[in-house]
Amino acid sequence: MTAKLYTTITAITITALSLLLLLIAAPHALLAQSDAVAESPDSATTAVAQVPDLGPILITVEDFPSDAGEALIIGWEDPGYVSLPDFIEYRVTRYTDDSDNGMVIGTSVLNPEVIDGEASHSIAHSYTVAAVFPDHEVISARSEPAMAEIQWVAADKYAVIIIGIFVCAAVIFFIETAKRGKTLFLRRIAGLEAIDEAVGRATEMGRPILFVAGIQDMDDVQTLAGLTILGRVARTVAQYDSKINMPCRASLVMTAGREVIKEAYNVAGRPDAYSDDMVHYVTDEQFGFVAATNGIMVREKPATCFYLGAFFAESLILAETGNSIEAIQIAGTAMPAQLPFFVAACDYTLIGEELFAASAYLSEEPRQLGSLKGQDVGKALAMIAIVVGGISVTLAQAWDIGLFQVIESALRTAFNIQLPVR
Amino acid sequence: MTFQQYIPIIVVGIGLIWIFIRSWRGQDVDRRIVFSFIGLTVALALIFQVMFGERATAIVRAAYDKIENLPEGSRILLSYDFDPAMAPEVHPMANSFIRHAMAKNHKLYLYSLWATGQTLLQESLTEVLEPEFPEKEYGKDWVVMGYKAGNEGVLNVIVTDIRKMYPTDVHNTSLDSLPIYDGVKSLKDFDLLISVGGGKPGVKEWVLFAGDRANVPVAGGSAAVSAPLLYPYYPRQLIGLLGGTKGAAEYESELIREYPRFADIDTPALRMMGPQTMAHVVIIAFILIGNVAYFRGKRKRRSEV
Amino acid sequence: MKRQIPLIIIMTVGWVLMVSVFVPPFESWGEEASLFFDIIAVFAFFLGGGNLIRVHFTKINRKSEGWGFSVVTVAGFAVMLILGLFKIGGSISAPVDTAGTPFELMFRYVMSPLQATMYSLLAFYVASASYRAFRARNIEATILLIAAFVILLGRTPFGFYLTAWIPESFSILEIPNMAVWIMNSPNLAGQRAIMIGIALGVISMSLRLLLGIERSYLGGD
Repeated sequence: MTAKLYTTITAITITALSLLLLLIAAPHALLAQSDAVAESPDSATTAVAQVPDLGPILITVEDFPSDAGEALIIGWEDPGYVSLPDFIEYRVTRYTDDSDNGMVIGTSVLNPEVIDGEASHSIAHSYTVAAVFPDHEVISARSEPAMAEIQWVAADKYAVIIIGIFVCAAVIFFIETAKRGKTLFLRRIAGLEAIDEAVGRATEMGRPILFVAGIQDMDDVQTLAGLTILGRVARTVAQYDSKINMPCRASLVMTAGREVIKEAYNVAGRPDAYSDDMVHYVTDEQFGFVAATNGIMVREKPATCFYLGAFFAESLILAETGNSIEAIQIAGTAMPAQLPFFVAACDYTLIGEELFAASAYLSEEPRQLGSLKGQDVGKALAMIAIVVGGISVTLAQAWDIGLFQVIESALRTAFNIQLPVR
Repeated sequence: MTFQQYIPIIVVGIGLIWIFIRSWRGQDVDRRIVFSFIGLTVALALIFQVMFGERATAIVRAAYDKIENLPEGSRILLSYDFDPAMAPEVHPMANSFIRHAMAKNHKLYLYSLWATGQTLLQESLTEVLEPEFPEKEYGKDWVVMGYKAGNEGVLNVIVTDIRKMYPTDVHNTSLDSLPIYDGVKSLKDFDLLISVGGGKPGVKEWVLFAGDRANVPVAGGSAAVSAPLLYPYYPRQLIGLLGGTKGAAEYESELIREYPRFADIDTPALRMMGPQTMAHVVIIAFILIGNVAYFRGKRKRRSEV
Repeated sequence: MKRQIPLIIIMTVGWVLMVSVFVPPFESWGEEASLFFDIIAVFAFFLGGGNLIRVHFTKINRKSEGWGFSVVTVAGFAVMLILGLFKIGGSISAPVDTAGTPFELMFRYVMSPLQATMYSLLAFYVASASYRAFRARNIEATILLIAAFVILLGRTPFGFYLTAWIPESFSILEIPNMAVWIMNSPNLAGQRAIMIGIALGVISMSLRLLLGIERSYLGGD
């Protein structure tokens, strides 16, 4: 199966599955919630004469939203027992059958709600709520049996799903557009244009190139972005017959880095020039890694330094040391707090999304370029939401204009849904 | 300030003038000179204990005024949400809040959402509360609840029912036998919630999960690096915020100014502000010198052309 | 095959993680997948440690330039490994960082001060970076320079005293208040804009990874 066909089939399958999930699961989730609501009938109470009869304790049992059918919410109306002087607590008991063998699953004083986190979607449970006093209890009647329901789509994430599908669809659309031969405009990214020049400079000076792919492990997407650029840098290094040194903070990054550089040397036709010692592990300790890398920089004096990946406080230490040895420095990170340090101290900085765009930019492959265009559609959506949201909230709150209050409410609901905590 | 405290300022001032003259003459400033200057400045400021007076900014003053204006006997919750790494910055804030609350005869409830917070809380008791306020009674004027795991989950519970999460205090005494907990069932019964820390859970979690839901004012003390992220909550959701060492120093200076009994207390934040202030001034001076050198060089090149 | 198996693993695990976020019954799948990564990462420690020893022993054997540093590295590695692995000075059943043990003392009196020393280098580097970077080359650089001055002064008592004379109605012009406004408004707006761009970049990159379009991190195109 060719990669092209595989990609297309996968993309269509994903989109179809997502839509199918939404169509099936959403009504099911809503139905499950309403089905699971069970109320207790007017309850007789079991009480001793000292406690005044303030009326029945009415229980409601609802399914816990957006879960795998493992929880129920037991709520009740307090007829006034809380304000009695010797009231201790409300106690909720769960029953799995008609016998009187129940298990206390929770207590509450003021909050008229307890979550049963051990309910089941295959066994029906009923509940009683008892107002507890020092010498006696007032127990409600048992609720109707209720089962937890499985929700197949997380209700609090509908907005994320919809936006995610929209952005993914845009990316796939532009990938297909680019594959059909349409030229897509990309603005120039100075840091990426300078890679060849930077490697050439190192070759002329006879000094090595230092490459640091961030200090995070392979589970960070910034590290992967750094490694994609490493491939391109390593190929240029191999072609120019220069030297590259890549200290790593994580062993898996070391392994991946070796594969990337080895393959780059193979592609450049210089497999003999590759050595495993080009990529080496230093330490997992953050400042230990920085100290070692600084030592390498001060002793070996690389002519070019690349810092491409996730960095934290050590960003300025690396950049300033590179500055002191008069190296060309090209940095890129998606950590907003570290960007100012790189911008101040490095010659070129890839800011945030430019780091992720690098592989597409350097390869100039239509499929990858198309994904950048699709990303821009997402940005346009964000800009529209910010403008519309800002105007709506301002007009709604300043002048109480009804339409904008509705828009504001819809936006708040879509982006800020909160669930009860289990 | 004493004459001794002026020595670092004089020495650094002379040095900066020397560097300015060098730059004016077109000589570049080596980075080693910059490093030496910073090292010298901070070292001299620490050795000669340079301290500058501070005035509270509005955001710090708001927190101060809240405690100051609460009626005597108000219930204040103070949460220690930091670890030893952050302690130099935020521990002085916590100590200041304790002093202020005790001086105003408020009731203090000491909590912690960080495991390391409990040890640091104990340090405050040993160094501040017990020696400076021996007349205050445990269980009546102040109480230690200690650390509970669960981050914002703890807040979700105690916002409606404290005893569900904390049936006893840190000494295993039932809350019902502590006079300080008479009439206190949940966070809604407090008059002020204060969180001191710089990570998660911290001030933001207290604002979102406690203050907003219980409708109780929240004040905070935060490490300098986290403070900018909390500014959006001020002043509606966060009534006041102490940001970093500067915030702690401002609060300490207000306490010393308005409470004569605190005139001789140890003020670590004010002490740290001396070197920090001098280092900032040196950096500003170097920036100015750098720009002078840049424009002089530019003019020289233009005149040569 | 060498590239297709990793691709299949990446795509499978990637989709499992996506599904685990949005489909509650499969939430635990995401946690299991993360555990797989943790297990692999732990095995990779041996890889990294072995590489470290090999590289430095080679340097020592050949007496290459800077081989003395390699002796220190290997010695430190060996000492901490032995002290921790055999829990020397403490009970074998107690935690490795029990107070008073040589391991804990080495951490507290060697490791922590070294960490603090490296971290404190930032103070010096901030000064040298500021000296070099804040030049009024153009309008944007001048605005940046002015903002830097305001922030730096705002964090000192001088900032307060310089503008204490400003009347209450214009208090926003006081340097400390201006510093707070700069951090709270333009700075935060810029940060949030960058974060939105980053989030979209991550979506795009992740989609390329999941669809197998992006493969250079495996070696080759």
